[in-house]
Amino acid sequence: MPVPFLAVTDIVKRFGVDDDALLAVDRVSFAVEQGEFVSIIGPSGCGKSTLFNIIGGLMPEFEGRVAVGGEAVRGTHPAFGMVFQEESTFPWRTVIDNVAFPLEIAGMGRRERHERARRFVTMVGLAGFERRYPAELSGGMRQRVAIARTLASEPRILLMDEPFAALDEQTRLLLGDRVLQIHRELRQTTLLITHNITEAVQLSDRVLVMTYRPGRLKREVAIDLPRPRTSEVVGSDAFGHYVAQIWSDLRDEASRGIRDDETRALGERR
Amino acid sequence: MIARRFAAHAAAPALGAGTLVILAVLVEGLIRAGVVNRFVVPLPSQVLAAIPRVVAEESIAHRFWQTTQEALWASVLLVVVGVALGMLLYRFRMLRRACETWVAALASAPIVLMYPLFLVIFGRSAATIVAIGFVAGLPPVILKTVEGLAGTRSVLLDVGRSLRLRHAQLFRKILLPAALPSIFVGIRVGLIFTLINIVGVEYLINFGGLGQLINELAERYDLPGTYAAIGFVILASILFFVVCERTEAWLRPRG
Repeated sequence: MPVPFLAVTDIVKRFGVDDDALLAVDRVSFAVEQGEFVSIIGPSGCGKSTLFNIIGGLMPEFEGRVAVGGEAVRGTHPAFGMVFQEESTFPWRTVIDNVAFPLEIAGMGRRERHERARRFVTMVGLAGFERRYPAELSGGMRQRVAIARTLASEPRILLMDEPFAALDEQTRLLLGDRVLQIHRELRQTTLLITHNITEAVQLSDRVLVMTYRPGRLKREVAIDLPRPRTSEVVGSDAFGHYVAQIWSDLRDEASRGIRDDETRALGERR
Repeated sequence: MIARRFAAHAAAPALGAGTLVILAVLVEGLIRAGVVNRFVVPLPSQVLAAIPRVVAEESIAHRFWQTTQEALWASVLLVVVGVALGMLLYRFRMLRRACETWVAALASAPIVLMYPLFLVIFGRSAATIVAIGFVAGLPPVILKTVEGLAGTRSVLLDVGRSLRLRHAQLFRKILLPAALPSIFVGIRVGLIFTLINIVGVEYLINFGGLGQLINELAERYDLPGTYAAIGFVILASILFFVVCERTEAWLRPRG
């Protein structure tokens, strides 16, 4: 039986201890093949970001197993490159120095690392902005700098946690095109965490739908839309069909989340 | 284009200088009208006229250099010790909980009144002045260093961790540059305290640079001269402020 490129097996994560413990993620298992683009979608509070941190190694205390190419990994690992939801560029560094950061850490000389970084700056469509500081860029451009920086570390698996969550819908669709182009160019194995159904369907080969707390995998939806794709795909009937299918799975979970929030808010008020 | 850029750059300093001139004219008018007693506050025109005299007769360059030198030594100590102590309090949470309130309390303590103690320890010398200046400026540097380090956005640290930075690298490449704006706020406030205390102690122990000059001129009841000497203290303060600002911009460009 072939070994999956990324295997996540029976992940369980609890916060707190004993009776007060909150079960955030419950026996989540899935595999991602090399070059595949997989999205994990779920309502707020389903443990998506917890899963992102566990796989990326930022949350080393958990039950279960994460393996890359059959080798179990725990803690941060060079195989993973992480793009975060929050704006994460270094404001004191120019675009080129931000992107070259992983290469600087690796001990590469200034000229060589800038040359290498320039390739990724161009890839994310920011050629000409190399000497600008993040404060001089829009939110979407800054997120592209963060993606380029992660790509510069040449990870085998790109992990992205709602990287476009703070952006408007149009920018998000257009940046989706950019991500698709990068994926096509690099054949980068990618795991995207998102709560946006359009984004998940636009970009992915497969979408894994999670339940509301505790986070479990509810369904796997294979997205059989032709590649290469662009954001024009959102107008197709097939796209609408996938969105409707995922929403029917998510609706109950999202409703549960809202009810839970309301109950908690009422409880706190009393 | 160049003219417009120059105008944009020059506008703020011109506005600042203009405000000062207007204020001086206003004070001049109030004194001449008898609203303000000219035996308490000298005419700004007299202060202006006293500057060449003070420069020529009171060896101002030497005194200015003396005060600047003392402030410089105190500043170096302030930055080295203050930032290091701030880092220590950030690193050890227990120590921070134990000491932070005391450090904050020290900021409001009238350190300058402890000059007899410093005189006993260091004697009537520049060391006393530097030591008091240093201690007086220390609390804001420590507190703002802790605040800057603790306030670093966790996502920036996550980026470093995801790239497997070692502790020292994480500190040098992310924590320190992220905390620099806050640290420099502390240094700027600390420098103000330091300079005030240095001039104050020079005045009190009648030793050193501009503080001693202010003391002597006040003793002679040369009010225009006294105010002119105070003007040189302000000049020293501006000098330190500009150097501080330039150093920050050089260490942490922001675009």
